[in-house]
Amino acid sequence: MTAAGNKSPVKLPNEPEITPQIVAEHGLAPDEYQRVLDIMGRPPTMVELGIFSAMWSEHCSYKSSKVWLKKLPTRAPWVIQGPGENAGVIDIGDGQAAIFKMESHNHPSYIEPYQGAATGVGGIMRDVFTMGARPVANLNALRFGDPAHPKTRHLVSGVVAGIGGYGNCMGIPTVGGETNFHAAYNGNILVNAMTVGVARTDRIFYAAAAGIGNPLVYVGSKTGRDGIHGATMSSTEFNEDSESKRPTVQVGDPFVEKLLLEACLELMATDAIVAIQDMGAAGLTSSAFEMAAKGGLGVIVELDKVPMRETGMNPYELMLSESQERMLIVLKPGREDLARRIFEKWELDFAVIGHLTNTERMVLSWHGDIVGDIPIPPLVTEAPMYERPWTLTPLPAEIEASAVPAPTDLKASLLTLMGCPDLASKAWIWKQYDHLIMGNTAIRPQDGDAALVRVPGGHKGLAMTSDCTPRYVQAHPETGGRQAVAEAWRNITATGARPLAVTDNMNFGNPTKPEIMGQFAGAIMGMVEACTALDFPVVSGNVSLYNETEGRPILPTPTIGAVGVIDDIAKAVGSRLTKAGCALVLIGDTRGWLGQSLYLREICGREEGAPPPVDLAVERRNGDFVRGEIAGGRIAACHDLSDGGLLVGVAEMCLAGGTGALVTLPANIGAPHAFLYGEDQGRYVAATDDGQAFLAAAAAAGVPAILLGYAGGQALVVEGHLTLPLDELRAVHEAWLPTYMNSAT
Amino acid sequence: MKARVHVTLKNGVLDPQGKAIGHSLNRLGFPEVGDVRQGKYIELEIAETDATKAKARLDEMCRKLLANTVIENYSIEIVGEQAGQ
Amino acid sequence: MKAAVLVFPGSNREGDVAQALELITGRRPAMVWHGDGDFEKTDLIVVPGGFSYGDYLRCGAMAAQSPVMAEVKRRAAQGVPVLGICNGFQIVTEAGLLPGVLMRNAHLKFVCSDVHLKVETSQSLFTNRYQAGQVIRVPVAHAEGNYFADADTLKALEDRGQIAFRYCAPDGTVDGPLGKQANPNGSINNIAGIFNETKTVLGLMPHPENAVEPMFGGTDGIGLFEGIVEALS
Repeated sequence: MTAAGNKSPVKLPNEPEITPQIVAEHGLAPDEYQRVLDIMGRPPTMVELGIFSAMWSEHCSYKSSKVWLKKLPTRAPWVIQGPGENAGVIDIGDGQAAIFKMESHNHPSYIEPYQGAATGVGGIMRDVFTMGARPVANLNALRFGDPAHPKTRHLVSGVVAGIGGYGNCMGIPTVGGETNFHAAYNGNILVNAMTVGVARTDRIFYAAAAGIGNPLVYVGSKTGRDGIHGATMSSTEFNEDSESKRPTVQVGDPFVEKLLLEACLELMATDAIVAIQDMGAAGLTSSAFEMAAKGGLGVIVELDKVPMRETGMNPYELMLSESQERMLIVLKPGREDLARRIFEKWELDFAVIGHLTNTERMVLSWHGDIVGDIPIPPLVTEAPMYERPWTLTPLPAEIEASAVPAPTDLKASLLTLMGCPDLASKAWIWKQYDHLIMGNTAIRPQDGDAALVRVPGGHKGLAMTSDCTPRYVQAHPETGGRQAVAEAWRNITATGARPLAVTDNMNFGNPTKPEIMGQFAGAIMGMVEACTALDFPVVSGNVSLYNETEGRPILPTPTIGAVGVIDDIAKAVGSRLTKAGCALVLIGDTRGWLGQSLYLREICGREEGAPPPVDLAVERRNGDFVRGEIAGGRIAACHDLSDGGLLVGVAEMCLAGGTGALVTLPANIGAPHAFLYGEDQGRYVAATDDGQAFLAAAAAAGVPAILLGYAGGQALVVEGHLTLPLDELRAVHEAWLPTYMNSAT
Repeated sequence: MKARVHVTLKNGVLDPQGKAIGHSLNRLGFPEVGDVRQGKYIELEIAETDATKAKARLDEMCRKLLANTVIENYSIEIVGEQAGQ
Repeated sequence: MKAAVLVFPGSNREGDVAQALELITGRRPAMVWHGDGDFEKTDLIVVPGGFSYGDYLRCGAMAAQSPVMAEVKRRAAQGVPVLGICNGFQIVTEAGLLPGVLMRNAHLKFVCSDVHLKVETSQSLFTNRYQAGQVIRVPVAHAEGNYFADADTLKALEDRGQIAFRYCAPDGTVDGPLGKQANPNGSINNIAGIFNETKTVLGLMPHPENAVEPMFGGTDGIGLFEGIVEALS
């Protein structure tokens, strides 16, 4: 078969005329449609229009965000593949690579929480194993609305069950993440899923097609009418009738994905694959398109050969379906039988649905007729790209500690904080996730700042975390962007691992509003600074815009997923305080910064002020020192200080390890509540056998450090201020979420 | 022909899902709902024209795979090809 | 000792148990595909955890009908030891090698957590390295581990000493509110694992294979595998 040139494709029976209304329903602005006409030289067919619509949607084209994303640092000697592929790839030594990415499934999860979250997890795992990696861990960053909002409980329950349902069946441990609640997410929750996989550096697979005439192969599940226009849906704001868009939500089948994983890895062990790409958002359209575009080639797709689940499907539906658990593969010539045998052994569909050409056109055929014919390069080069107007959020006034009242009862304030939705134990969530399968989980949820997973077959460990403090980003996006990166770096450092690279999941409101675009721009500026200063490049990411309901935006949430490596996992530490007699040392300066703190919000009822500043040089100095002390075996447990500040951090260490602590407040600390609850950055608490030697080492490294007290007993004691039995603390910390989930609506 | 199989939990076997459904319905403003038992509904296309033979085969299918008779009961219903629409 | 680990579509803890067996016996087990009704002779057959056939219809129901399970039943009848863990326990009960059934957890949720188990007897090839009454800590990870059997079956199991493990509080308490609190799934009589009459088949919901290394879940599961090795060599 040859390419059709620029002849008009045949029209299908019942195919409507393209009207301005149909164009608008496809999310294309009038000027964007004019570009379509200019590229095509004729009106497009419905399937062609659908392809432009999907490829130029915000979700696939990054048209509002690209100019900003380009500013992020993406290179380092250990980066094998930066943004632009299915996932980022970094070298972790010994001929092994870590492959990872985070992606949002926000809108689908709000409409149908179980399936939305499940398919989000399924999609991100496919992104990772498409590249040749066996997934070794999942993480999830979740943001829900106010617990008092009538939908919140139902959303938490469905999302958590969906994440567990998919990840547990796949047999990949879900080892970490974060969960926050805030009214700004009432109508627009965030579900950001991250997968980390491990591959051999000489066995990494990419999407770029090569080899004219090579067969294009479809594997996995059959195609149904699931999620048609999912990509356009996730690129528009929510409104009242979003609920009626329910049929566009895809249904996941983790059992099939498990088979697909095993079959793909089996095929990848042969030399049959030229290129491989999963069918995610915009399904066959974006996968076929990206493979051909990246390879500078053309492609013919014989749509009637696509395995179909339903009868009467048409080319438009086949190209835009977002049925899950499907992959597109370009095989070397003559390897079809080998590949077919593997997929049939795993009871999966396998079909040769086309081949590569030299035309740089995507030609779609349907029972012998050409029904679509699009030139590939202009669709990429002429894709809309917007430099949307933006207004930066000004830095709010600083709130002095003296302007924040001390608690009337320190014990009550600590219990309030430890039992508040953002700080309360999330065990109700992570116990529904199999976090132990594969037998490599060294630091479990709640036992450390980052999860730590052994790299199969050796002694290395991968530390991984996801972080963002949306209230800081809301108050001042640059500071918030810097802080999110710094906290991720700190969390990895606190285990003893070397932070290596970042995946970002940028969740924001409507980018056509200058103040929202300004939040995006500001967050990026902060991230650029932090990633550069900390040698922490961004290797993959995802942007989710239009997270608004009825014009009300979410808190700007640039979630940072990060990965680090430790060469000898036996040297890693968690945050569990287990050894009585250990000295507790506070590392880093404490000014008592209460602006935007949880103390201010939960105890004083105020969400105000400037967020704590992040000094990146100090972050680096303090972090490098901590990592060195862990490597030297001089730290038994370590915890970074973030939400809630010092006292919350120490309380978390006590609960995790089941050992109390005796803290003596140093002299000259100013107001005790600011010292105990301030959220100053760049700080850690470390437990060490020899406190004096540790302080001397810190002084020699120019790192501020003070002796806080000692581990021991069964209570958290702040001398002269507080005595709190651990049982009482634990009861409050663990009660909130299960009580909330079990209470009637 | 088409067959419908209903699989239900035996009386006396605790049905936590049914209980949860009942609680939810009560909470949603249906206080009249008392005991709820849930089960499975399976629809099968059978290449067989003799209903008696089909029923015997289905009975075997239920005992062998579709139901676990330690805890579950099953019932079989044969529907004509037209009735299936 | 030579072991075989069965692999069904959707199995996912076969690697974990193979890793544990290799660590403890020094020998990699044979991995046996579900369609292979004629696999090599081994001293032990392990039916691993996972979601065979997606756990669709009923956990373990479809795997129980596979060719390999027909062969497992034949060999079990000849006395070849069979160890069914989690989904494997569900499969061997569905296959009729053990009585009863594993139902949906009483709280309806998947649960992954360390639990404490009371070893009921040391008089079996699986538990000879433990003391009767000993408390061990191993993880569970399942949504359908709620063991149920009718009153007669249960009485027979109890009378013949076929209960292998029960969920218990850290101090070994099985009864009362502490025992109830320690039960992760609502299982009758806190049953976590049972033997067949000859104690050559053991099915259990917890995962001893995930408790064989100090940094990765502790070491309380080692005894089970060492006991098997000792009994079979």
